[in-house]
Amino acid sequence: MTTMPAARSATAAPPAIKRDWLPILLVPALAAAALPLVGSFPGWLTLTVAGLAMGMMIFIMASGLTLVFGLMDVLNFGHGVFISIGAFAVTLIVLPLATLVQADSVLMNVAVLLLCAVVAMVLTGALGWAFERAIVRPVYGQHLKQILVTMGGMIVAEQLIHVLWGADPISVPPPEAFRGSVLIGEAAIERYRILAVAVGLAVFAAMLLVLNRTKIGLLIRAGVENGEMVEALGYRIRRLFVGVFVAGSALAGLGGVMWAFYRQTLTPGMGMEVMVLIFIVIIVGGLGSVGGCFLGSLLVALVANYTGFLAPKVALGSNILLMVLILMWRPQGLYPVAKR
Amino acid sequence: MAEPLLSLSGVNTKIGRYHILHGVDFAVPKGGITMLLGRNGAGKTTTLRTIMGLWRAAEGSIRFEGTDLARLSTPEIARLGIAYVPENMGIFADLTVRENLVLATRERAPDPRRLQWIFGLFPALEKFYALAAGALSGGQKQMLSIARAIIEPRKLMLVDEPTKGLAPSIIRNMIAAFRELKRTETTILLVEQNFMFAESLGDGVAVMDDGKIRHTGAMQALAADRDLQQRLLGLHLDAHQ
Repeated sequence: MTTMPAARSATAAPPAIKRDWLPILLVPALAAAALPLVGSFPGWLTLTVAGLAMGMMIFIMASGLTLVFGLMDVLNFGHGVFISIGAFAVTLIVLPLATLVQADSVLMNVAVLLLCAVVAMVLTGALGWAFERAIVRPVYGQHLKQILVTMGGMIVAEQLIHVLWGADPISVPPPEAFRGSVLIGEAAIERYRILAVAVGLAVFAAMLLVLNRTKIGLLIRAGVENGEMVEALGYRIRRLFVGVFVAGSALAGLGGVMWAFYRQTLTPGMGMEVMVLIFIVIIVGGLGSVGGCFLGSLLVALVANYTGFLAPKVALGSNILLMVLILMWRPQGLYPVAKR
Repeated sequence: MAEPLLSLSGVNTKIGRYHILHGVDFAVPKGGITMLLGRNGAGKTTTLRTIMGLWRAAEGSIRFEGTDLARLSTPEIARLGIAYVPENMGIFADLTVRENLVLATRERAPDPRRLQWIFGLFPALEKFYALAAGALSGGQKQMLSIARAIIEPRKLMLVDEPTKGLAPSIIRNMIAAFRELKRTETTILLVEQNFMFAESLGDGVAVMDDGKIRHTGAMQALAADRDLQQRLLGLHLDAHQ
């Protein structure tokens, strides 16, 4: 008689799922470990808030890219162009509306910021749609061509920014209400960084809500795991992908707006410059994982800020070291998606 | 004679430089279970995937209720009322059992009466409704995979080796579930290696080897003819008893 492996009966209880808290604990653990090294609480608080703000902005820029990769295995090295375009879109609002930017009214300042965000997201969303059709679609499933063609697209777009806005850096100070600092004890925290943390948390919450509470979100999560099966259930995953690509591009545009006011200077290459950090974040977080991308962003930014203060000479390589350490611990990133 | 629900004619499928199916011809009549049997590598899975449009037929026609499936995309084929249960089950491990079923319900939320009927077939799914599908056992995952295929009425189910790696008690559960499914309108094309399972469920049978159909007929006739089994499948049934 043929023997079959013993198995639990059909109604036997499956093993309890353990929530994986370890990656989440890394962020507070890192912050706590930095406190004695920094030495002063106000200095540590300033560095930590700066790191969190930077992390949130990186998350906004990276979250779309991780979904694009997760859903269709598309390596979009041109993602940085949406960040640059989003940042330069700020000039379309703040230069003609300079009086509102400098106004003492918080309401006016917020309105300017919102307008910048909307214009940048519409512009980069539309550009994302065209980019997907013209550049990404012909090279589905061909990774090497994807890298070459999306980088080529990015170089062309960067040169177009040179043509449209000129080669000189453009100064874009944030609206009046978000300049300067607030004192928390003896720590000076920049207002704009508090805003960046709030916007990053809002984007993360909105993404979790969409991914976990809507059918579209369900489709995206399923598609990241097994796109072929989603198609076999009757859904057109290509359409879903275009939607995610457009949304990811719009988020990169929003990230570009936040990044522009953070740096206060616009250069055509600013999107490409931040791509190295973005790739580290999505690799550290686990390709296709939004939660992993969020944690990866915070870790990368905090490590950059702490090492920049403690050991400026190693700051440049600190994120590479972080990535190596995390991949040695978890070779598929902090929160690997099931299929990977 | 009544028009078959699904018919394949001269279907050739190539994957890269490999030529897998060499002119597959067979028909699946409406109602009941048609078994697709054959040794490992005979082309059974490729046949199901080609019907589903997951691999494109290089030549030949695949007609379902008069529509040529070879011209359609996978989502369009699924929307004609064809469900696919792959060999690896294809469940979404990060999604809960409920979310897996909601996703398979294309137009609306799952019909509560149909859901209860499914829970009657597979009680484990009700028990673990809110649990991540990745935490289920192999048998429970297979149940979920089949439940997903029948959460809405379908005209044709393509099922690839549902008993693979399952314990005998769960296989008995599967047989009972498929018998219940036979009583519905759904037609089933079932790929199987387990001859006992095939024998207990099949109405018709097609046997494949080397990417071709070698035999078609009634399952009962094949089950009764040991020489034919030996010739087509290399089976020594005594080894299974």
